[in-house]
Amino acid sequence: MFTDKEARIVKKTLQNDFAALTMESPAIAPHCFPGQFLMVRVLPQQYPLLRRPLSIHDRIQSRLSLFFKITGEGTALLARKNEGDTVDILGPLGRGFTFDRNFKAKPVYVVGGGRGIAPLYFLAGELKKRRVHVRIFYGGKNSKELPLLAKMRSEGFNLDCSTEDGSYGIQGMVTDLLKKSFKSELPAFLYACGPEAMMKNVYILASEHGVSSEFSLESIMGCGIGACWGCVKRIRKDGIGTWVKICEDGPVFPGQDIIWEKND
Amino acid sequence: MIDLSIDLGFLKLKNPVLAASGTFGYGLEFAPYIDLNKLGGFVVKGLYFNAREGNPPPRLVETPAGLINAIGLQGIGVKKFTNEILPRLLEFRTALIINVCGDDEEEYARVAEHLDGRKGISALELNISCPNLKQDGRCPAMDPDSTYRVVKRVKNATSTPLITKLSPNVTDITAIAISAHEAGSHALSLVNTFLALAISLEDRKPKLGNVFGGLSGPCIKPLALRMVYQTSSRLDIPLIGIGGISSGRDALEFMVCGAKAVQVGTANFINPDATVAIIAEIEEFCRQEGISRVEDIVGTLKETVKKSRL
Ligand SMILES: Cc1cc2nc3c(=O)[nH]c(=O)nc-3n(C[C@H](O)[C@H](O)[C@H](O)COP(=O)(O)OP(=O)(O)OC[C@H]3O[C@@H](n4cnc5c(N)ncnc54)[C@H](O)[C@@H]3O)c2cc1C
Ligand SMILES: Cc1cc2nc3c(=O)[nH]c(=O)nc-3n(C[C@H](O)[C@H](O)[C@H](O)COP(=O)(O)O)c2cc1C
Ligand code: FES
Repeated sequence: MFTDKEARIVKKTLQNDFAALTMESPAIAPHCFPGQFLMVRVLPQQYPLLRRPLSIHDRIQSRLSLFFKITGEGTALLARKNEGDTVDILGPLGRGFTFDRNFKAKPVYVVGGGRGIAPLYFLAGELKKRRVHVRIFYGGKNSKELPLLAKMRSEGFNLDCSTEDGSYGIQGMVTDLLKKSFKSELPAFLYACGPEAMMKNVYILASEHGVSSEFSLESIMGCGIGACWGCVKRIRKDGIGTWVKICEDGPVFPGQDIIWEKND
Repeated sequence: MIDLSIDLGFLKLKNPVLAASGTFGYGLEFAPYIDLNKLGGFVVKGLYFNAREGNPPPRLVETPAGLINAIGLQGIGVKKFTNEILPRLLEFRTALIINVCGDDEEEYARVAEHLDGRKGISALELNISCPNLKQDGRCPAMDPDSTYRVVKRVKNATSTPLITKLSPNVTDITAIAISAHEAGSHALSLVNTFLALAISLEDRKPKLGNVFGGLSGPCIKPLALRMVYQTSSRLDIPLIGIGGISSGRDALEFMVCGAKAVQVGTANFINPDATVAIIAEIEEFCRQEGISRVEDIVGTLKETVKKSRL
């Protein structure tokens, strides 16, 4: 864990409600793994007060990228930063995906919903470097909610997409894509990140098919470093459900350890 | 060389800056970011006798320049603390203060007894002021008699110096301060969080799992400062000022209003090195103002109103 109070933005792209920022951070970049996150200070003032947790979206040598959806004031202000501006970041934090596994030449599924694709892009890239056969399943409300599509396609990723309105890929949910695919093959492992209801359904489907999985969870964070007990989720530890700090023990957890919230 | 040390009578501090309970974990969480030896001290997360589950999430809501929390004192319990954490804290040369909690007077006393005489513990801070435990936000520090009873009971259970942490959710904080003082508290820390509510307008639902929470952060500073001044004007007992401190200037304002030391809470979340930065800023201010001993600034607010009017 390191602080970089002046990570310089070297590239910024905006696409609909999404922003990508690439920063030069030799202090932090070399230590990052997929699934870990940064706590990002939006502005040096007292509003917005808290840092925002954002996943590490990519890392190339001393550079780090963030990819986020503008959902509120913090992310809106962050998206207003420009190339040459600096950002105060803290990280890498948390435990990421465990991806140095023996997949026995079987495919590995990476399942993203909306902005949940952010950490999965970094993961898929690392898997690809290790010559793992990666298949990405990507779902969103409509084609605008699949922001990284063109980029991933141009980089040669194997992609299956779904949109709820049918504006791109099949009409339906990402679980519909998975159901279909599970009929012909079962992956060695499944990684997912997205809205909690989606992840829960993905978990149910994967476990019905005996597929092991990991999920990246979200929660409001006070500190990101295990000091406030603000970010807890219900997790099974030694068989017992307890409130676990996701900034420290997560944000990535094995599917079978997560006690999913009941749907409303 | 500026003398930053502070003498609380029962405890000498390297400097006036402590980290506040609940915002600093058990201290170790901050060791990767700062040299803990540089602090005046730190107060660990509140401890009950047994481990506690805490409240259901969401536990945090951000507000303009503030934070509402309803953690509900999740924690490992005092036995696990003394077995697993305390030995690792002994290497640090800074004041270690344990925040003591209880569901009733007996539990406060049991925690204090368990900690009594242990090496490395400088003082106990009695948390009689957490607003997140009962549905209506009630706590012993809202009533002079309950305050007196808890402090007295713990005083009989331990020889470790006692700091009583007061709640701002009262009409007259000085009445509670007097009770704690009379019951034998060596010092007072003020304030804990302000009972607060945040709701989602669209959903017509409270934003926190516990409905109410406690407000902290820069937005509470003027309220806390007023309470410290009121208390220091009426009572002769060491005060530790808390509430929205995020700079050396904030800390010094509390000292001018009568606090001998301060605690830094929410600011630790924004910058893990906030405490150390604040110490450096205090030193710098003293240098600029030609103050050679920081303790000399305590209680130097020039009166424009008579104390009797406060
Ligand atoms: C480990 C982790 C990684 C994340 N990675 C990404 C990412 O890569 N890309 C991305 O688009 N989003 C990501 N998020 C969600 C992102 O943190 C929120 O969208 C963001 O904090 C919203 O801030 P805001 O000020 O725009 O919204 P507001 O609603 O104004 O925020 C108010 C407060 O709530 C918090 N908050 C609101 N929504 C969330 C949420 N879903 N999760 C956590 N805190 C929230 C904010 O941090 C802030 O403290 C991640 C969340 C976590 C916990
Ligand atoms: C997340 C959180 C947890 C807290 N937990 C405790 C606690 O366990 N015991 C306690 O006495 N005070 C607790 N407090 C109160 C702080 O110690 C402090 O009194 C309060 O936050 C005001 O200071 P600040 O504005 O600098 O944060 C907590 C505050 C926060 C924000
Ligand atoms: S965000 Fe503070 S403990 Fe996880």
